[in-house]
Amino acid sequence: MLLKLPLIIVAVFGLFMLVQFFVEAPFLDHTYQEILDWVQIIYLFTLWVGAINLIKLHLKKSTHKKEAPYSVVTLSGIVIMLFFGLIQGKEVGSVFDWIFKNVQVSLQASMFSLLAFFVASAAYRGFRARSTEALVLLSVAAIVMLGRVPIGDLISGLIPDFANWILNFPSMAARRGILIGIGLGTVATALRVLLGIERTYLGR
Amino acid sequence: MDFSTTVAAILSLFIFSFLYRDNPFYKFAEHLLVGVSVGYFLVISIDNVLVPKIADRLLRQNDWSVIVPLLAGALILARLIPKWSRWSQLALAVVIGVGAGVAIPATLQAQILTQMKATMFSFIPPENSIGWLYILERIVILLGLTSVLAYFFFSKEHRGVFGTYARIGTYFLMIFFGATFGYTVMSRLSLLIGRIQFLLGDWLGFLN
Repeated sequence: MLLKLPLIIVAVFGLFMLVQFFVEAPFLDHTYQEILDWVQIIYLFTLWVGAINLIKLHLKKSTHKKEAPYSVVTLSGIVIMLFFGLIQGKEVGSVFDWIFKNVQVSLQASMFSLLAFFVASAAYRGFRARSTEALVLLSVAAIVMLGRVPIGDLISGLIPDFANWILNFPSMAARRGILIGIGLGTVATALRVLLGIERTYLGR
Repeated sequence: MDFSTTVAAILSLFIFSFLYRDNPFYKFAEHLLVGVSVGYFLVISIDNVLVPKIADRLLRQNDWSVIVPLLAGALILARLIPKWSRWSQLALAVVIGVGAGVAIPATLQAQILTQMKATMFSFIPPENSIGWLYILERIVILLGLTSVLAYFFFSKEHRGVFGTYARIGTYFLMIFFGATFGYTVMSRLSLLIGRIQFLLGDWLGFLN
């Protein structure tokens, strides 16, 4: 029974959400919103599963001599945010808000800006114009980058215009093709899931 | 140079220290980011979902229909116990079923029909445009879109005229990847410039 029940649940919920799109009835709209709320509640529990797993992992690691201090830092971060967020609230000026602005946002921005160095280093090592396709990719990337900085305009006023033209026409055409391809793939996969042909989400 | 700015600046420097090599300062900042982020999202999830969609409805409105998703959520928690983890599939089935049902009409509308509509245009140039450029741009869009779709059509072997057409699609794809790469590099660089401006300006006061 446990083998077939998930397939039945998928079909019932999926077909309801699909049919609801085409039929106008206040009762269906209400049920549709209710089910979307259910999904949010289930997402909340999946988030908690992740958090509990992370806490379990760091509690285990905190007994190892070498990794212990870092695991304590992670656990402290979770506890402090939970404590101040739940006790004091998250209004502007609260401790929660202060940690968010000065610790989390600052660390995140620095972490992502580090990627500039790694992208540059990976591009230097990996991007060799070995074929015409690679040459096209490199040239377009160079033009778009030059078109976005003042030096591009200093070299020639045409560079920013050409960069914009590339983004608005050939790049846009390929983007549309990819989007349509993804869309068709999404619809096909969703239909396979509803009909019970696609079962990989059950580990089968 | 106030306390908040100094804390943010020192943590930024801890992250940048990774450029030298992996070190305890970077590891400290990395672990702190993970902990603070998880704590942040837990608080947000409690405030945005647990309180209004579960606690308020159960305790203030006596709405017992919330019991169903609560039970489903409890099944998700069964993943933490290996022996019972299979029961979580029932709750996952709700999410997957709803996702699939919502995705079909939404994707058809937003990703297929809208994109197709945007590609159907007149080849007659408007009065205030450069005629030949307008027509060229439309030809580029039509050629690019159809050739990229031909490249992704795997039910027919890429040979002969069809193969050549699909090959044109690869060039359009390379243009797209190049443009996306250039954009990504520039966005990361602007973030880096922002952090350097913060360190030199807001923290040290060198940029005024």
